[in-house]
Amino acid sequence: MKRKIKALALASAVSAAALFSNAALAVEIEYWQYYFDARVTAMEQIIKEFEADNPGITVKMTHFPYADYRTKVAAAIPAGEGPDVVQLFYGWLNDYKEAKLIQPLPTSDFPASEIDKNFFPMVQAMKEGENYWALPTAVRSLALFYNTRLFEAAGVDGPPATLDELVETAKKLTKLDGAGNITQVGITAGMNAQDHHWFREVLVRQMGGNPYVDDYKTVNYNTEAGQKALDFYVGLAKKHKVTAFGFMDEPQAAFKAGRAGMHIDGSFRIGSLKKTRGLKWGVAELPAGPDGTKSNYSSYWVNAITTKAEGEKYDASVKFMKYVTSDKSMQIWLDTVGELPAKPSVGLTEENASNDVFGPFIRGLQYANTTKFANESAQRQALMDMVSRMDIEGQSAADAIATAAAEEQKILDDYYK
Amino acid sequence: MSAYSNLTIKQKQIVWAWAFLALPVLFYGLIRFYPTGTAFVISFQEWNLLGTRTWTGFDNYVTLWHDPVFWTVFYNTFAYLLIGTPVSLVLSFIIAYHLDKLRFMHGFLRMLYFLPFMTSAVAMAWVWRWFYQGVPIGLFNNILAGFGIAQIEFLNSTTNALPAVLAPAVWAGLGFQIIIFMAGMRAIPTSYYEAAKIDGVGWWTVLTQITLPLLKPTMVFIVVFSSIGFLRIFDHVFNMTTNNPGGPLNATKPLVLMIYDTAFNGFNMGYAAAQTVVLFTILLVVSLIQLRLLRSE
Repeated sequence: MKRKIKALALASAVSAAALFSNAALAVEIEYWQYYFDARVTAMEQIIKEFEADNPGITVKMTHFPYADYRTKVAAAIPAGEGPDVVQLFYGWLNDYKEAKLIQPLPTSDFPASEIDKNFFPMVQAMKEGENYWALPTAVRSLALFYNTRLFEAAGVDGPPATLDELVETAKKLTKLDGAGNITQVGITAGMNAQDHHWFREVLVRQMGGNPYVDDYKTVNYNTEAGQKALDFYVGLAKKHKVTAFGFMDEPQAAFKAGRAGMHIDGSFRIGSLKKTRGLKWGVAELPAGPDGTKSNYSSYWVNAITTKAEGEKYDASVKFMKYVTSDKSMQIWLDTVGELPAKPSVGLTEENASNDVFGPFIRGLQYANTTKFANESAQRQALMDMVSRMDIEGQSAADAIATAAAEEQKILDDYYK
Repeated sequence: MSAYSNLTIKQKQIVWAWAFLALPVLFYGLIRFYPTGTAFVISFQEWNLLGTRTWTGFDNYVTLWHDPVFWTVFYNTFAYLLIGTPVSLVLSFIIAYHLDKLRFMHGFLRMLYFLPFMTSAVAMAWVWRWFYQGVPIGLFNNILAGFGIAQIEFLNSTTNALPAVLAPAVWAGLGFQIIIFMAGMRAIPTSYYEAAKIDGVGWWTVLTQITLPLLKPTMVFIVVFSSIGFLRIFDHVFNMTTNNPGGPLNATKPLVLMIYDTAFNGFNMGYAAAQTVVLFTILLVVSLIQLRLLRSE
C-alpha cells in the first residue's frame, strides 16, 4: 500500500513537472466568449485545429453567462488579466475602443483593402481609417420561416415573394374560433422578437424610406415611408386580422407549436426549430417591397485583440485571429452553430447558397443592412411602445411614429453627445 | 498577552464581545455598507462599466427629475405598495382568523397556504403568465371562451396589467403573513377571551376590542415587512413581462426594474445609482413613517 502511494506521488510529481516545462516553452493565449452551447462546441473544434497547425501555441477558452460578460471583461483587462482575444457584439465596438480594451488589427496581416473586398460589406462598420478593429467569423440575417403542413392544408403553393402576397397568404392561414378569437395566426407579430429589425431595415426601406441618416446618429423614419411601413405592420393585426400581438406569448413559441403559418426570424433559430418534433418548415427570403426592393438586416459578433496582449502573446493572438476568420473556421461555424459565413467566398459557394435552409439567409446577406445601435434594448423598446400605442391606445400611425422617433433620437443623442 | 491580563473583567468581556462581533461587522461593512456607499458616490458620476468614471455633480438627479418614465415608474411603485399591502394584510388576517378557529385538517390547510411562499417566484410568475395568456393557450381566457365570454387582455393592457402582475405576488406572500398572524393570535392570553365569554360579549366586540388591538405589534411587523417587499418588487414583474419588461408602455414597471434596465441594458451606471439612491430614500421614509404611525404608545 505504502509503495503504491509512493509510486503515485512520484508519478504525479513527474507529470506535474512535465506539464510546467511544457507550459514554459509554449505560449498560452486566452480566448473569451459568452456561453452558448453550439458556439462553445464550434470554438473548441476551431481551437483544436489551430493548435494542431501551430505547435507551441495553446488557446485557453473561457466562457461566461451572457449577463456577466461585459462586467467581467471590463474588470479583467485593465487589471492585466483576462482574454488576449475577445468576442464582442458589433454594437459594443465603440465602447470597447474608447475604454481602450481592444487594439486595432495590424494592417500587415489584415489589410483593409483585402477585407473590404473579401468580406460582406456590412463588416466595414468595424473599420476606422486604415485599420480594422475587429472581424466576425459569422454573421446573421433574417428570413421567412413557413410551416409546410399548414401551407398544404390551406392549399397554398409556396412562400410569398412580395408583401402583397404575404398578406394574401396569411389570410388563408388564419383560423378563428366561434367567438372570433384567433387560434392560428397567418404570420407572427411582435416587435420584441426580430420584427423591430424587419421594420427598421426592411419595411421602411421598401416603402421608399431610409430609416437613419448621418451614420445611424439621426432617426429618419418619421416620414411618409415610415408611416406606410407602420400602417402595413400594424395593419396585419388591425386591418387584415391575420395576426395578434402577443399571440401565444412569443412569436417563436407560436411557430414552434404549429399555430403560425409564417414567422420572420434570424438564422440562429434554425437549430432550435430542427429539434422541434413534428414541425415541418421551410425557409424563404424576406418578401420584396411594392416596387421590388429587397432588404434584410444583419448582425454579428466580432473577435478582437485586447490591449492586454503584448509581445509573443500578441503575435500568437494575431495568428489566432487570422485562423478564426479563415474560410475553414467559417465553414465549421456554419455547420455547428448555423450562423452564416462572413465572406461571400465561403457563404456563396454553390453548396451553401443553394442549401434549402441556409440559402435564403445567405442570399439575404447580399442586400443586408446593419443598424448601428447605441443601446439595442432601449431602441427596441421605443418601437415596441410605438406598436403598443396603436394596438392598446388606438393612436394613429403618424402620432405613434413621431413619438417613437423622438424617443429613439434622444437615446442616440445621449449616447453620442 | 500581558496587556490582556491587565484588563478588568468588564473590559475583557468587551474585548470578547467585539471579537465575536468582528465577523458580522466585517461582513456587513464589506458586503453591505461599502457597496451602498459606492452607490452613493457613483450616483454623482458617469460610468458605462468600461471607461473611466467622470464626475457630473447632480446631473443624474436632474435627468431623473425630468424623465417622464421615472414618474410613471414612481407611480407604479406606489401602486404596488398601496394596493398590495392592504389587500394582503386584510386577506391574510381573514384567513388566519378563521384558520385559527378550525381544528379539522388544520395542519394540512396551513401547509397549503404556506406552500406558495416556499415556491420559487420565477416558476410561479411563469405559470401565472401562462394563465393570463389569450386563447388558445391561456387558462383564464380559455374558461371565458368556453362560456362564450369575450377575452380579457390581462397582461397586454395598460390598466389590467399591474393588478394582474400584483395578484400572484400577493398570493405568494400570504402564507408567511398568515403564519405570523396566527402566532400573534396564539400569544394573546386566553383569560381575556374567557372574561369576554363570561360577560356575554358578541364576536364583533371580541374581535375589535381584544384581538385586533392586541395584534398591533404583529400588524406593524407585517405592514413594514410587506411594504418593503412591494416597494422592491421585481422578480414577478420581470418574469411575467420578459417580452416587454415592465410593459406594455411601462404600465407595470417598478423602480427596481428601471434600475436593472438602466444599469445592465443601458450600461448607464451613474444614472442607475441615482435611481437606487432614490429607492433607498423612499424605503427609508416609508418605513420610518409606518413605524411612527403604528408604534404602540
